[in-house]
Amino acid sequence: MSLSTKHLLGLQNLPREDIELILDTATTFREILDRPIKKVPTLTGTTVVNLFFENSTRTRISFELAQKRLSADTVNFSTASSSTKKGETFKDTVRNIEAMKIDIIVVRHQSAGVPTFLTRISNASIINAGDGFHEHPTQALLDFYSMKEKLGNIEGKKVCIVGDIAHSRVALSNIYGLLSLGAKVSVCGPPTMLPRSIENLGVKLYHDINSAIKENEILNVLRIQLERDAGNTIPSLREYHKYFGITKERLDKYNKDILILHPGPINRGVELTSEVADGEYQIILDQVTNGVAVRMAVLYLLGTLPS
Amino acid sequence: MKIKATVIDSVGLQRTITRLAHEILEKNRGAKNLVLIGIRTRGEFLAKRLKEKISEIENIDLPFGVLDATLYRDDFRMRLKQPEISVTDIKFDISEKDIILIDDVLYTGRTVRAALDALMDLGRPNSIQLCVLIDRGHRQLPIKADYVGKNIPTSINEEIKVKLKEVDEEDAVYLVDIS
Repeated sequence: MSLSTKHLLGLQNLPREDIELILDTATTFREILDRPIKKVPTLTGTTVVNLFFENSTRTRISFELAQKRLSADTVNFSTASSSTKKGETFKDTVRNIEAMKIDIIVVRHQSAGVPTFLTRISNASIINAGDGFHEHPTQALLDFYSMKEKLGNIEGKKVCIVGDIAHSRVALSNIYGLLSLGAKVSVCGPPTMLPRSIENLGVKLYHDINSAIKENEILNVLRIQLERDAGNTIPSLREYHKYFGITKERLDKYNKDILILHPGPINRGVELTSEVADGEYQIILDQVTNGVAVRMAVLYLLGTLPS
Repeated sequence: MKIKATVIDSVGLQRTITRLAHEILEKNRGAKNLVLIGIRTRGEFLAKRLKEKISEIENIDLPFGVLDATLYRDDFRMRLKQPEISVTDIKFDISEKDIILIDDVLYTGRTVRAALDALMDLGRPNSIQLCVLIDRGHRQLPIKADYVGKNIPTSINEEIKVKLKEVDEEDAVYLVDIS
């Protein structure tokens, strides 16, 4: 079995079989992460460049580790130290990097659509590591892997995505992918944080966090993105926490069987209390570990695609 | 694909497993430091049968694991077709152990090469001994089995099909024509 696509740009048009192939392949790589030597020689001779035009800790390190554990050669690029500062256009930067014989490009950019644009100017396989408010497919895939690891199956499960849906690429990738895997998807947040007509995607709407907790099996709690002006959509962080924050009291009272995911980084005391962030309902650090395995699976499947 | 001959039948397979178990025990003077590791897919089931046979003979329960060496293969760069991969399941430390590595057919030796590299990444065993049900010749690498169920000289237009009840309908080994 191979993927039907040469690039991973998003989950919107990715067939269900491809999503399932990535998740199945990730179990193989998850086992490798528990070994004393966490490395296999599979992508020896493959060159990957990580193009990060936007800050990232988790995703960048996770991709880099995944590449190293598959024995690929990697180069990192970040805007702070690059020639884009000297006025070089994005297209020229990419063309120059590609002239150095690159097989895979992992890209994060503040503008939606940059990964798709890259597929037109480059022959490499493109992996989207987050573009604007559009998609962040590998984050969603690692969320699905973690849900499956914990609950066995996603089909039919009730999943609610909580928080700043409008400013979140994680939310959109989650919605597309979960719907394609057969989950019942809903979103919860203040009206100012929910994009207009989001229900047209086939998701249910909640404005009351208590009913969202009561009626779902999984909550994927998003970060309030202060750096993206999310502060303009709520009166104050304290008020957001009061009405939408996940607290242990709420979980204990409304649903003791719920599973809490969070893509990180956490604003402690805003979307989650510290008690929840470190407590028994969450699998936040499992998500981080699984992220490396899922990214290894994506790199493996794209990097060894029959030509 | 046409069956040219039945190389081993169901009763014959049982006898071969029994002999291989005795040979392993004889050469290692018992089963004290042994662990059994089967290469997916059919090596896994042969290894399980050897484990049961050895426990019958010596009354000892040997550690048993399954190895998937696909990620160590040397043909990824040829980009012909993407092989299916599955999980390696070895729950014990292989360091200082005497490993019996088990596969169904020994042919070019490339799978065994990949398996040896994979094992070395899991620890530093005391020794690795190779046990195969069928050796069909045509080696491309300097690899030789320590225990062989049956040597079958073949031509490259022929193939050996090992059938095991765990995954197939029957227990048998056939020589088939693929030309």
